Amino acid sequence: MLPQLSHAEILRYSRHLLIPEVGLEGQRKLKAASVLVIGTGGLGSPVSLYLAAAGVGRIGLVDYDVVDYSNLQRQVIHGTASLGKLKVESARDRMLDINPDIHVEVYNEPFTSANAMRIAQDYDIIIDGTDNFPTRYLSNDVAVLLGKPNIYGSIYRFDGQASVFDARRGPCYRCLFPEPPPPGLVPTCAEGGVLGVLPGTIGTIQATEALKLILGIGEPLIGRLLLFNALDMSFEYVRLRKNPNCKICGPNPEVTELIDYEAFCGVPGHDHDVGSVGGGWDIEAKELAARLKNGGNLRLIDVREPHELQISRIEGAELIPLGQLAARLSELDSAQEMVVFCKSGSRSARALELLVGAGFRKVKNLKGGINAWAREVDPTQPVY
Amino acid sequence: MPTLRIPAALRSYTGGQSEIPIAGDTVSAALNNLVKRYPELIPHLVNEDGELRPYVNVFLGSENIREIQGLDTPLREEDRLMIIPSIAGGR
Repeated sequence: MLPQLSHAEILRYSRHLLIPEVGLEGQRKLKAASVLVIGTGGLGSPVSLYLAAAGVGRIGLVDYDVVDYSNLQRQVIHGTASLGKLKVESARDRMLDINPDIHVEVYNEPFTSANAMRIAQDYDIIIDGTDNFPTRYLSNDVAVLLGKPNIYGSIYRFDGQASVFDARRGPCYRCLFPEPPPPGLVPTCAEGGVLGVLPGTIGTIQATEALKLILGIGEPLIGRLLLFNALDMSFEYVRLRKNPNCKICGPNPEVTELIDYEAFCGVPGHDHDVGSVGGGWDIEAKELAARLKNGGNLRLIDVREPHELQISRIEGAELIPLGQLAARLSELDSAQEMVVFCKSGSRSARALELLVGAGFRKVKNLKGGINAWAREVDPTQPVY
Repeated sequence: MPTLRIPAALRSYTGGQSEIPIAGDTVSAALNNLVKRYPELIPHLVNEDGELRPYVNVFLGSENIREIQGLDTPLREEDRLMIIPSIAGGR
């Protein structure tokens, strides 16, 4: 039995009720539906806003983070007044402001193998709005094991991808990407950036697919991968097929329960900069400042991209972007002490690995990157 | 000549180029010509044995070459290849 709509709800959803493909019955289906949104960031923002406005009756939000200044360029569900607040609470307040007739359930915790099945089992649809490979594989596997659709969206700079992975009717994420890339090979948005409207485009497509699945209308993106490029304004599709060797949805699955996804991917289940290498390979910003002041014979290598020099710089540093480092090793002297740095320490950690692999030993990573330098040593430089 | 679409995540290795005409009568030949021109792409596309890495997908038109003849898939002049990488961003 679908729930009834009040007069106030009928007025609220009048533009839906006028569409024959939705109508009163469709709106009641939306009210009866439940959707779990994993991540209330760039993708989760438009997804949650539109699902709330459309009248999806029960929406779950999973996130463990607080609203940060650098989120506001794209995470439009949060505002300046919400800085420092829990993201799930900031998002819930905004959604209930848009539509007090829905229920929003918040899970202020990371989505992990320990809680994922418990959280997801009560929802009809899972929407993957996460920012890292471990949680993407987890989101996929939970959906496959519970027999639910997983609406996928992913973004980088100007490129976006979207699909509906429903292993009962088509391929899953693992059919397309059986294994994650090695740690550090694929840049994250925290390192490489993202155009603020891009998650708006891709997240809105994810919300659209959720509404279509609930209403049972149209052609869902099952078995198709949408590739969007904002610069070309191109929408292209490729066909995805079920992989007969898929480790979770193939005929002979090896993965029959959730695994340790951080170990599987070799990276943490978040897109926060760790900023350090550990094992004695790091140098603190203040220590570096003291070494430079004492006139140490120290070479400073900035492995950021050239355009980042316009934001901040450390006097005397030489620029060798990470992508060029391997080809420019001959410019470096392994007998000389070196410190490598980037924005916050992740790219320079990879630079350090590369240098150590090439036989360099007198090299350190500036912990926390030039942002730590700006906070602790040179406040004339901005943090970004 | 066949063309190859480079995704944003790999364009820093192709001097920013997004659509590259690349000679070759098979996918393998075209990719070989590509990495000759842009050697920094090699670790992102193939492993030490020259096989496509499992997190990289190459599509010919709308079909995954793994479901055609893999790297031996023949190419025609007017064909368009697309590299589709794993990206994880979402926040």
